[in-house]
Amino acid sequence: MSGFPALFYKEMLRFWKVVVQTVVAPVVTALLYLLIFSHVLEEHVEVYPGVSYTSFLVPGLVMMSMLQNAFANSSSSLIQSKMQGNIVFVLLPPLSYLEFFLAYLGAAVIRGLVVGLGVWAVTLWFAPWQMPHLGWLLAYALLACAILGAVGIVAGIWAEKYDQLAAFQNFLILPLTFLSGVFYSIHSLPPFWQTVSHFNPVFYLIDGFRYAFVGQSDTDPWLGLLVAGACFVAISALTLALLKRGYKLRH
Amino acid sequence: MNPAIRVGELRKRFRTTQALDGVSLDIQPGEFFGLLGPNGAGKTTLISILAGLTRADSGHAAIMGHDVVRDYRQSRRALGVVPQELVYDPFFNVRETLRIQSGYFGLKHNDGWIDEIMHHLDLTPHADKNTQSLSGGMKRRLLVAQALVHKPPVIVLDEPTAGVDVDLRRSLWEFISGLNREGHTILLTTHYLEEAEALCGRIAMLKSGRVVACDTTRNLLQLTNEHCAQLRLDAETVPAAWQGRLQRDADGSWRINFSEYAELETLLADLRGANVRVLEMQLREPDLEDVFTDIMKRT
Repeated sequence: MSGFPALFYKEMLRFWKVVVQTVVAPVVTALLYLLIFSHVLEEHVEVYPGVSYTSFLVPGLVMMSMLQNAFANSSSSLIQSKMQGNIVFVLLPPLSYLEFFLAYLGAAVIRGLVVGLGVWAVTLWFAPWQMPHLGWLLAYALLACAILGAVGIVAGIWAEKYDQLAAFQNFLILPLTFLSGVFYSIHSLPPFWQTVSHFNPVFYLIDGFRYAFVGQSDTDPWLGLLVAGACFVAISALTLALLKRGYKLRH
Repeated sequence: MNPAIRVGELRKRFRTTQALDGVSLDIQPGEFFGLLGPNGAGKTTLISILAGLTRADSGHAAIMGHDVVRDYRQSRRALGVVPQELVYDPFFNVRETLRIQSGYFGLKHNDGWIDEIMHHLDLTPHADKNTQSLSGGMKRRLLVAQALVHKPPVIVLDEPTAGVDVDLRRSLWEFISGLNREGHTILLTTHYLEEAEALCGRIAMLKSGRVVACDTTRNLLQLTNEHCAQLRLDAETVPAAWQGRLQRDADGSWRINFSEYAELETLLADLRGANVRVLEMQLREPDLEDVFTDIMKRT
């Protein structure tokens, strides 16, 4: 009798109906990054011994795409519903704040994973196949999508206009994902920026995810898992508290 | 039996505006109840509190005996709301919209009822159309259908006929009256007072967040006993005794408000005595608009 399956289904259907925009486009963008960076740097850079630059780059690109799309799914769905006024359709039924949270989060995770799989699939042409460590891969992929999906819910609820959401995306999400070791190892940075990078939770997500593919990383993957887990708990607690209060949804 | 809707001492303030200032109402099951008031009187705030879209600062509200905050699941299951704004989700077609809305209420196999509502609201030919491509009237019908997918015993309509053409208004009211005859409780807000007069058995009037009148429509209509007569005369002046009582309208006719028909008889006798002929006369009985205007002026 729960309304959760319907809201989850609706959120899935919403992104699937515009699959070219929500899945194909980010896969193409990641492919372009791969073509340009691997072409320019493949011969010149070896980040880890015995690992080609392209092999190093692919996990970073997969993770970056998952992060950005998980965030985009929940945040864009909520801001559109609020701007168009159809958010009332989910506020009038007897849905609890927990069902609301899980449905938006679940769809964000699925979209992140689908885009991640798509990026990985197209990059197989460019990087030699290596069987990743599935346990680490799944743990990091799920946690990363869930964290950014929850951040997307907070942003979607908080933003009152599209430009506020765009600011959130451009000045917070984009720098955090780009400056987190997608294209480089933080060991190549000056000591100050290495220290700063350790305060960026996205760095741990990319570093740990890459470990699942190449077996080498900048920090201990267990530490990364701990940081990611703590981040997920914290952002979920914040999101649930906001939803329970009806922050900017129920006046 | 619990009232269909019960609100007690509801108060709500938005920054500098006291939207509701101690509203109490009981609406019984099966009633067709009208909520009238000028813009900003608090009608939509009251409905939003009943629907759980807004939280009251103090007081209580319940649908079919279920508190809208504490027992929100039961109260929302018992309530269907047709919002004032013409909103829709452009990602889905009509049937998908109704199936999804059913799902939010935990109803899985609801296609039989969905087909029935679509049929009654003439939405069946548009079932597979994207909601974005529907006309304004069809979007309004879809909102009504969405409010009914879970067969709620209480239905709230917030200005459902604003900007709607005559045909749709008529068919909408036939449909809603049918639901009322089947036992559904209807709470209606509207700016069309003739609609409220024709449909509602009882009416409450709100002004500045307070209930300033609440009675049966029949009793409210008796609050004012002023009749109005409009006369066209073959003279430019009227007997001196009636100057001031008779008002001249822009089209040259004369108007008089009176409470006893005997007054009209005296006027006609005096006109005859002064050799003034009545060319045309129209009588108008007081309607809800007169009562509404009167109450809003007095309170």
